[in-house]
Amino acid sequence: MSSTVIIKQPKHTLSVLVKHNLNTLSRIIGIFSSKGFELDSVTFASEAEPGMARMTITTRGDEKTVEQINKHLYNVVDVLKVINLTHKKSIERELAIIKVSTAKAGRPEIMLIAQAFKAKVIDITSDKLALEVTGNTDKVDAMIEVLKPYGIVAMSRTGSVALKREFQGAVNIN
Amino acid sequence: MKSTKTITTAENISKQSPLQPVFRHNVEDAAQLYSGSEILLKTLVDLGVDTIFGYPGGAVLPIYDTLFGNTDLRHFLIRHEQAGTHAADGYSRATGKPGVVLATSGPGGTNTVTGIATAMMDSIPLVVLTGQVPTSVIGNDAFQEADIVGITRPITKQNYLVRDVNNLEHVLKEAFHIATHGRPGPVLVDLPKDMLNTKGKYAGLDNNVDIPSFKPTLYGHHPQIAKAAEMLSNAKKPLIYVGGGAILGQAWEEVTAMAERLNIPVTTTLMGLGAFPESKPQSLGMLGMHGTWFANMAMTECDVLIAVGARFDDRVTGRLNGFSLNSRKIHIDIDPSCIGKNVDVEVPIVGDVKHVVPAIDKLASPPKIDKWWATIRKWQKEHPLVVPKADDKIYPQHMVKMISEVTNGNAIVVTDVGQHQMWAAQHYQFNHPRSWISSGGLGTMGYGFPAAMGAALACPDRDVVCITGDGGFQMSSYELATAVEYKIPVKIALMNNNCLGMVRQWQQLFFNKRYSYSVFGSNNPDFVKMAECYGCVGLRAENPKELKEALDKAMAIKDAPVLMDIRVVEEENCYPMVPSGAALYEMVESDEEAAK
Repeated sequence: MSSTVIIKQPKHTLSVLVKHNLNTLSRIIGIFSSKGFELDSVTFASEAEPGMARMTITTRGDEKTVEQINKHLYNVVDVLKVINLTHKKSIERELAIIKVSTAKAGRPEIMLIAQAFKAKVIDITSDKLALEVTGNTDKVDAMIEVLKPYGIVAMSRTGSVALKREFQGAVNIN
Repeated sequence: MKSTKTITTAENISKQSPLQPVFRHNVEDAAQLYSGSEILLKTLVDLGVDTIFGYPGGAVLPIYDTLFGNTDLRHFLIRHEQAGTHAADGYSRATGKPGVVLATSGPGGTNTVTGIATAMMDSIPLVVLTGQVPTSVIGNDAFQEADIVGITRPITKQNYLVRDVNNLEHVLKEAFHIATHGRPGPVLVDLPKDMLNTKGKYAGLDNNVDIPSFKPTLYGHHPQIAKAAEMLSNAKKPLIYVGGGAILGQAWEEVTAMAERLNIPVTTTLMGLGAFPESKPQSLGMLGMHGTWFANMAMTECDVLIAVGARFDDRVTGRLNGFSLNSRKIHIDIDPSCIGKNVDVEVPIVGDVKHVVPAIDKLASPPKIDKWWATIRKWQKEHPLVVPKADDKIYPQHMVKMISEVTNGNAIVVTDVGQHQMWAAQHYQFNHPRSWISSGGLGTMGYGFPAAMGAALACPDRDVVCITGDGGFQMSSYELATAVEYKIPVKIALMNNNCLGMVRQWQQLFFNKRYSYSVFGSNNPDFVKMAECYGCVGLRAENPKELKEALDKAMAIKDAPVLMDIRVVEEENCYPMVPSGAALYEMVESDEEAAK
């Protein structure tokens, strides 16, 4: 039996300030498909400044690839700023809504797990629970792993949103 | 208002500054309202546009109505929108000004796609205006509707759908600004029919639009420039590698000055031909897949390489892990994404070659490279470009050389794609910039003839020779009608070998001579009769004497297109050649070598 080991490239989080229009969004997504870059998740929503939007893009690749992604993003006329948060101190969150079956283990056990992850129960039916969890991607991944054996019925994740921390000094307050 | 027209000659071309459109403000009109079509034409005149290539249709009827009787700009009715886009592209390459093409919605727009992609790959400033169905029915699959903004997104630098007529002037000025600044490229503006009829404001805005998100870096980083100068000064085997960026950035004088003062050998890419005069002793000609032996060897052996507006294309580098392994590399480019894309460089300099090259020149001192020159001279003597022995047949290489002689190297040479393109690049002596017009990046067959029309209309005082093949010419031969209608004096030198020569060459060398669908044989049309049926002059040459006569006759005709059916040796192959997947130094110079 042969097994393929997939070595995942390091993850990078890019925060991109763009003009709020669909053409820009399509152009940015188009770069990833036409140039063959990886795209783990992408978010796009209005910024505080009118007419602007903030995108958080998580991608994978070596330093050279990410440098190219950075340059190609800047080549899009409506892109104002690209910040690679990978080597910066940043705040990153993702939200997920997970529907879990309670048939196998019953509600209390799942609610205990939810508590451990500081997740909220947002919907209950006779045989399912819907949980809302917020955190960085690793935490969301971890909770999903724990819940899998109970039977995840459906799930919706937002993908990461991230910003640079104002304090970039030596003390890690994360 | 009269349109201003500058006559371009080989001599005065460098004195023009074509990327800056003529400024004209009609502020007195500010209070009045105009229809979208009127705003469009007024703005085009503002931007210095004097020529449009177009084709009418339902969605753009309002524009054509406004054009009726208009004397501010020349409109040429081409016979196919793809040819119109190529013509606008040829117009731009000959002058440096942005080319403008106008097409209707749906099929009109989709027909421009190949032309836009061609311009995108070679960084040619184009503004493509397309009609669109009225905004109220966009998305409803209306008659002649196509999402042209979506279709052209990956092949344009930027594109727009105009949704407010009051914004039209601004969008157009932004489009021209983006097309011509930084690394140039095509920009498309989609104009819904209701936007053309609705009345709106025309403000006479400044042509220099301020776009906060679009500020190309022009001046290189000084420490990098100093480092580059130091590397060149101390080099033992330096080489200057000049690409199309030196033409687009109008830096041919700066490049020539630096190369001559520092006495460093220069090789140009296909797109860079003319950026450095090939008559100068420093010139090694073109490099790459069909470049000269000595240029490719100089690239392989050099110790300091300075790339000026070139992008290390695969046709230039050959196999990457065998490409110029011993050199320290300097790369000047206005587009940061070109740097480090294919080849890692030690000194990246993001900036306009026009500014960066003289800055390096100022700090560098001529390196001591007598030994390097001796090596190169020896290579040049031992491995010149191979030309077959003359006999009573026309060899393609001789044909190009004869055109070069007849035109004194002063013509604008426009080509299609394939063997004839490579022979033209090798054997025509290019001494002037903007004199070589060819689809390099995309390799678009059918490009040559319409682009030659665009160049001839842009530069009425220069001879324009379209060197094409029987394959490529048949992809846009219908434009003979346009050339005859407007008396466009393009000299079409059709290198007729009755086959798709480059395809046949590859099939001979790499597919065991299985000539699958590459030979036309006797199925080609009679090109002389074809010329005559359109009402232009057709000539045929079957031996060198007839060729000379045909060329002399053609050059004397100044008010009509001429089609020369030149019967060349059919099985001739183009050498030197770097076989696909080989390194530059593994190039072959003959059929015998290729067979090994």
